Formats: sequence, structure tokens, C-alpha cells
Amino acid sequence: MSMRRMRRETLPDKEHQACGLFGVMNRKGERFGGRMAIDALMNMRVRGNGLGAGFAAYGIYPEHKDYYALHIMFQDWDLDAKREVDKFLGANFDVVCDEEMPTNPEASVINPPLVWRYFMAPDKKGDEKRLSDDDYVVKKVMHINTRIKNAYVFSSGKNMGVFKGVGFPEEIAEYFMLEKEYRGYIWVAHSRFPTNTPGWWGGAHPFCILDWTVVHNGEISSYGTNKRYLEMYGYYCTLLTDTEVMAYAVDLLMRRQRLPIEIVAKIFAPPMWDHVDIMDEKRKKLYMTLRMVYAPLLINGPWTIIVAHHGEMFGITDRIRLRPITAGEKGDLLFVSSEEAAIRAVCPNLDRVFTPMGGEPVVGRLKGVEKELRKKAEEGV
Amino acid sequence: MVELVRGEEMFSHMLPEFIVERREDRCIRCRVCERQCAFEVHKYDKELDMVFSDEKKCVGCQRCAVLCPTDALVIRPHPGEYRRNANWTRERIQDLKKQAETGGVILTGSGNDKPYRIYWDHIVLNASQVTNPSIDPLREPMELRTFLGRKPDALELRFNGGDYEDVEVATELYPNVMIETPMVFSAMSYGAISYQAFKSLAMAASEYGTLFNTGEGGLPKELRKYGKNAIVQCASGRFGVDPEYLNCAAVVEIKIGQGAKPGIGGHLPGEKVTLPISVTRMIPEGTDALSPAPQHDIYSIEDLSMLIYALKEATNYETPVSVKIAAVHNVAAIASGMVRAGADIIAIDGLRGGTGAAPKIIRDNVGIPIELALAAVDRRLREEGIRNKCSILVAGGFRCSADVVKAIALGADAVYIGTPALVAMGCTLCQKCYTGKCNWGICTQDPYLSRRLNPEIASKRLVNLLRGWSLEIKEMLGGMGINAVESLRGNREHLRGVGLEDWELEVLGIKGAGE
Repeated sequence: MSMRRMRRETLPDKEHQACGLFGVMNRKGERFGGRMAIDALMNMRVRGNGLGAGFAAYGIYPEHKDYYALHIMFQDWDLDAKREVDKFLGANFDVVCDEEMPTNPEASVINPPLVWRYFMAPDKKGDEKRLSDDDYVVKKVMHINTRIKNAYVFSSGKNMGVFKGVGFPEEIAEYFMLEKEYRGYIWVAHSRFPTNTPGWWGGAHPFCILDWTVVHNGEISSYGTNKRYLEMYGYYCTLLTDTEVMAYAVDLLMRRQRLPIEIVAKIFAPPMWDHVDIMDEKRKKLYMTLRMVYAPLLINGPWTIIVAHHGEMFGITDRIRLRPITAGEKGDLLFVSSEEAAIRAVCPNLDRVFTPMGGEPVVGRLKGVEKELRKKAEEGV
Repeated sequence: MVELVRGEEMFSHMLPEFIVERREDRCIRCRVCERQCAFEVHKYDKELDMVFSDEKKCVGCQRCAVLCPTDALVIRPHPGEYRRNANWTRERIQDLKKQAETGGVILTGSGNDKPYRIYWDHIVLNASQVTNPSIDPLREPMELRTFLGRKPDALELRFNGGDYEDVEVATELYPNVMIETPMVFSAMSYGAISYQAFKSLAMAASEYGTLFNTGEGGLPKELRKYGKNAIVQCASGRFGVDPEYLNCAAVVEIKIGQGAKPGIGGHLPGEKVTLPISVTRMIPEGTDALSPAPQHDIYSIEDLSMLIYALKEATNYETPVSVKIAAVHNVAAIASGMVRAGADIIAIDGLRGGTGAAPKIIRDNVGIPIELALAAVDRRLREEGIRNKCSILVAGGFRCSADVVKAIALGADAVYIGTPALVAMGCTLCQKCYTGKCNWGICTQDPYLSRRLNPEIASKRLVNLLRGWSLEIKEMLGGMGINAVESLRGNREHLRGVGLEDWELEVLGIKGAGE
């Protein structure tokens, strides 16, 4: 408590109401601690109400980087659920290491659940051998989330992890000891002002499937449409929040259908027809076709998201900019945030600050990934 | 065949349905009413200088009342009543008497008028408050553009370097038709309705950027310029189907059934088959145009598939093929079969769908409400993962823009509007379409009557209707914080039921209000 009060004196107070988003990436892949993410969210304190906060960090488990790292939460310390999960994982994976998540019992959080982490490799049998490793893991994660009561998978990617819960960001960071324990090259963070869904540990952001994480500010008015379309592709929304559909939509389009974010942005937040109608024929065809085919994944209503996976982080806001987004650069660091002040609070001397248009993505890529993409594009794939 | 007993051999026991009140102090004996009424209700007596009424003939179409220059006429339901009886209502008794006098099947027109539950009136819409801003359609774009047709599961794109604006779509796309508002005009054939009414629908659809449906009576040559706004039907009678007819159209529709008369064919009597209609339908002048109840080359789902692909071949796979059925008990399974048989659009016509002529007993008793049928079909196609392989068009009793919005939220891509279009042109739902004496010039082939409808004016009324509804839809969408109609499609989160049973909520896939 005392620490929090001290911080508030040095960082300016503001009057806004919404969720707070922040993402920072080192585009050379150099790893750093969670301090910037924590401070940025503390700067945006009024965007949360202490009912949920969370962090995703990439590159944190180099010693286990070839294994899927599952962070699993057991509501109310339900040990029956844990036994069931252990049995299920044992039957479907080679678990190379599992342990209780290191936590700080002194941290001021209320009712923390048991959180366990597992490092494991798929052990596919029979028909499931046809699935790719990733699809296999998605299927098993869906099983745990939908079939095993009181067990929820926080994250399921390699060499990354999600840490989240009910509390203010600094409390969650303190509970999971983020500053001391972990170093990553991407940090994405979220502070929550829950409105339409109850504040519970599983409902905090980021949402994660494999190594894809999504943090979101807003309320999706197209939720029912998006959700029912995703159901056709085997995604079932169980976490009681509309951010989940974002995560699954990103997974479907980017991982399974391999569309780059620059295209996905045109699907999530397409330009108005008035703009499309005056484009040249080739662009018009592209935009019309995307809209025609992917209309059920147009994300309507006010939203800003920051999405990350290995090698890439991007931020994007809705087609008519009903939620804020600002980006900043300093050397190899790329920042995306709900507010410029939060970026400046952790990095005062920025090279560049800019506010993208609605639907225009801010993309950060690892230098290697960038090169690979360009090569692919040149080959016309 | 039932041998009809001629009316004149017996004294009719029927009560008049309407009473004609003429306010003598206003009547100027101009004889407009006499000229306007094809049912010959009004009669001027020169010697007495008075206008008399034969109320038994009055159908309550209100043409005379509207056109009377001094507003001297009031037409209202006849107050004469039988003894009140909850079981033997006036309508039941009258129908019995009518049949006792004629020995025939009782015919009627327009849609089911029985008080089946109208689910639209038990579903309410959502709006944004605080957490999500509503959008003002007067100040911000609000998009209703809709594509009808089959969509692929995914797109393959070809990139040229790092420029994501310069992208080629490599996937070969199925044909889709773009409409500017999610409403199209229902099937009404030339023959069932007058040339003027038919042309008005074509003109309005063309002006607004949506579609009209030719019904099964063909498309007159000179109206084929409206082809790109036409859904042309290929029905059981195959009237007017030629290669140009199929290829000038935006959509080809196979008509299996109609909501007002599921399982029943059609019959355009010879006296209505005038020369232009005979030319359009490609049948001899003056012969009855009989549409068989089934399509005799479709006795099964695989037969349907053959016709679908025959039509696709005929149109070089450049036109979406729709299949229209009446909403019946097993509609979800049938719809799924239709999609798998190759239909790009499935059109479902519900219990309250209209007609130019149908046996009353069928109209009032066969089929299921469109709300339940739509919800069941949309759910079934999603469960099978094939919802995006077709568009869903629904028809049957849409009365206002809110019904359209609710249908889209239940899962429809667009809505067929028939009766509202007729009403916009002048129809008053007197239900006498089958008599061919429509005083409003809509449902008649009598040139004296059809001349009353000026396509320039009637199409303006239709465009106004589309515009008014579209504006209202935009208001409702904006209220929900949605600026593209696609984001409402199948979005049942924005619907809540009021006064519905659990099973009904379950079928509709919506929550009760307050949940």
C-alpha cells in the first residue's frame, strides 16, 4: 500500500474510465524485466478498478523453450480438479516438469487460486497423430476449459506465459513476482475495469491460446455474430468475456489461415464502403472480397487490442476509433498503449510518438521475422 | 371434381361482411364510387338521383372511401352478428354457409390472418448504455450493404512484396449478389399481379439497388433490362424459362414451396392469360396456367441437386442459385440438405406468407412460423459448419423494419417483403386477390383496373418504403452500437424474449428479458 501511494505522487493523476492497455517490445529480441509494464499501468490507474489485471511475457522460459508451458489455474484450490488435470495431461502429454507457480504470499490480493505450471510435449495417439502439435494442444486446452470444472488454462505457448488475476496491476505483479522472476522481450499488460462480466481470476486479461495473447479494451457489439461464426471452426467461448472471441479470431485467421496482421486488420476493422467504392479496381476487389467472406469476423463496437505472439506484437483500434491507442518508438523499443502519458512515464525521451487511424495496425516485428516475411512475400506466397 | 351448385338456384344465407354508409348530405352524385368498384357495390339511379349500395358484394377494400371527393363514404365491418359463440365464430359459420352453397374449396388471397403467436412481438432489441457508445446514423456511416451467395471458408491471397494494399485474391469465388439494403421484394408473378405492379417492383428494386422476384410467370422481354435486379424463378410449371431469362438475372430461384400454401401448386385461370402473359409464360393465350404441386423432376434431394447444377450450367456458374421452400416441420434438416445439394441461397417462406390465391384451409393451417423456422435453420447450419456456404432469405409476414432487424439477428441474411410492398402500392389486404377484380389495379389483368396503377408513382412509393425502413434499421443498429449490418447477423445476444415459454426461447436461441 505504501509503495502504491508513493508512486501516485510521482505519476500524474488523470480522469478517464476504461481499461488500460500497454505493450512494449524489443525488436532485437533483447530481454528485460517487467518494470516498464507495471509502471505504465500504474500511470493509467483510473483505467482499472482493481478487479483484474494481467501480464504476458515472451522469452521467459529459455531453459524449457521447446516445451509447451501451460499455466493452469484451479479455482478455490480445487485439488480434485488438479488431480483430474494431472491425469488428463499425463495421458496426453509427456510432462517434463511441473511445479507450483512461484508467488509472494505477502502480496495484497484477494482469494488467489492455485496456479500450477507444466512444461510438456504432445504425446499424440491414434487419429490425433494427424493433428499438428499446435492444433493438438488447442484441442486439449479446450477440453480442460470446457470439461474440467474449476480448472482454467491461463496460457499454453512455448517460452512465454500469462500472469493474471483479481487486483490492481502492481498487486498482481507483486503476487507473481514478475520483476524478480522473469525477463522477456515482449511484455503486454492490461488493467481492467470490468463491467459486463464478473471480476474473477480466469476472466482477467491477457487471453491466451498457444503463444497468442490478446489484451482488449472495449465492448464488442458484434460478440454474438463473432462467437457463433467461431463456433463453426471449433472455438467455444467459455471464459465469459468478449475478449475471448478476439483471441480465437486471431488464432483462426493468423495461425490457421496464415493471414498477416495487415490483412487481418482489414477484416476486423474494414474501411467504410464510401471509401472502398472510390478505390481502384484491384484494391476495391480485395476489400470487397475480404468483407464479403469475413464479414462475420468484423469486430464492431468500441475496442482496442494489443496482440502478441513470438516475434510479433501489434495494436489496433476499431474502424471508427471509439477507444484510444497511441504508439511510441525509442531505438529498438516499440510501445503501444492506451495513453501517451503511460509511455512517457516509462520512457520520457521517445524518438517518435504517433496515433494511428481506426483500423490501421501498429506492428512490431523481430528483425529476423521481418526479413523472413519479406522473403516469403517476394516469392509470392 | 366437385360439381358446383349454381348460386342462383338457392337463396343465399350469407351475411354481408361490410356495411356501406353513405352520408347523403355529402354525396354529390359524382359516381366515382360506382366507377371505381369492380365488385359493383355502388349503383346510381338516374330517376331518383341517388346512389344505392349492394353491401353483400363489398369486400372492404376502401377504394371508394379513399377516392370519394367529399368523404361521403364509410365502409366498416357489418355489425350484424350471429349469437356469440367462442367455437362457432362468424367466420366459421359464414364459411360453412359458403360451402353449402357452392360445394367447393374456399379460396382466399394474401397471408394467414389467424392469431398464431407472432414471435416478433415477443422479442425485444438491445441498445447501448454507458459501456458501449451508441452510434448516431445521422452523423456517422451506417452500412446495410449485403452479399447474397455462397462464401468460401478461407481466402488465399497473393502478395506482391511488402505492400498489403497490392494483393491479389487467388481463391476462385462463388458468385454473390450485392444489395444495398437487406430487403428484397417477394416473388409475385406477372399474371398474379398486373403488368404495372410488376414493373413498379422492378423499377423500385433497380433504383434502390436491391432485388425483385419475378415469381414463376417469366420476365417480359422489355423488362429484361431490370434483370440485374431480378431473382427469376424456375417453378413447377417452368413458365417463361428460356436461356436469356436465366442469364439476364441476378439470382435464379427454384421454387419448391410457398408459405401460404405449402405442398400446393398454383392455378392461373385461362381468362387471366392475356396475350402478353401468354407470350411471357410461353403458353397459348387463354389456357389455364397450371403449376403442379411438386416439381415433377424433383422427388428427392438428389433430384434437386441435379436441377441446381443444371441451372448453374445454364448460367455458366456466374449466378447464385436459390431454393425456396415453405417453412414446414422438418425445415432445418431440409435446409441442410439443400445447402449440401448446392443451393447458394436458401429462401424460407413462413406460415404468414402471402399469396394471390390459395385454399383458405391450407393458408390458415399448414406450415410453421418463420421466426422458429429461421432460428432452427440457422442453428442447424452452424452446427454442421455450413452456414457460410449459403445465404438465408426469409419471407412471410414481415410488417415493419423491427421485424427485419429481429430476423437478421436471428440469423437471416436478408428478408423478402411482399405484403408491405403491396400495401405501399395501395393494397388494403381485402384478401380478394384471387377474384382478379383488384380495385387498386395490383392483382388484376383487367386493363380498366390495372391502368389505375402508375408505375412511376407506385415505384416511388416502394422506394420510399425501402428508404424509410432502411433509415429505421440504421437507427436501431446505431442504438446497439453496430455500424455494419453484418455484425447483427446471427447476433442473438441483442435479442431478448418477453412472455415466451422455455421451449420457445430454446428454439429461438435467445435469453428471456432480464437474463
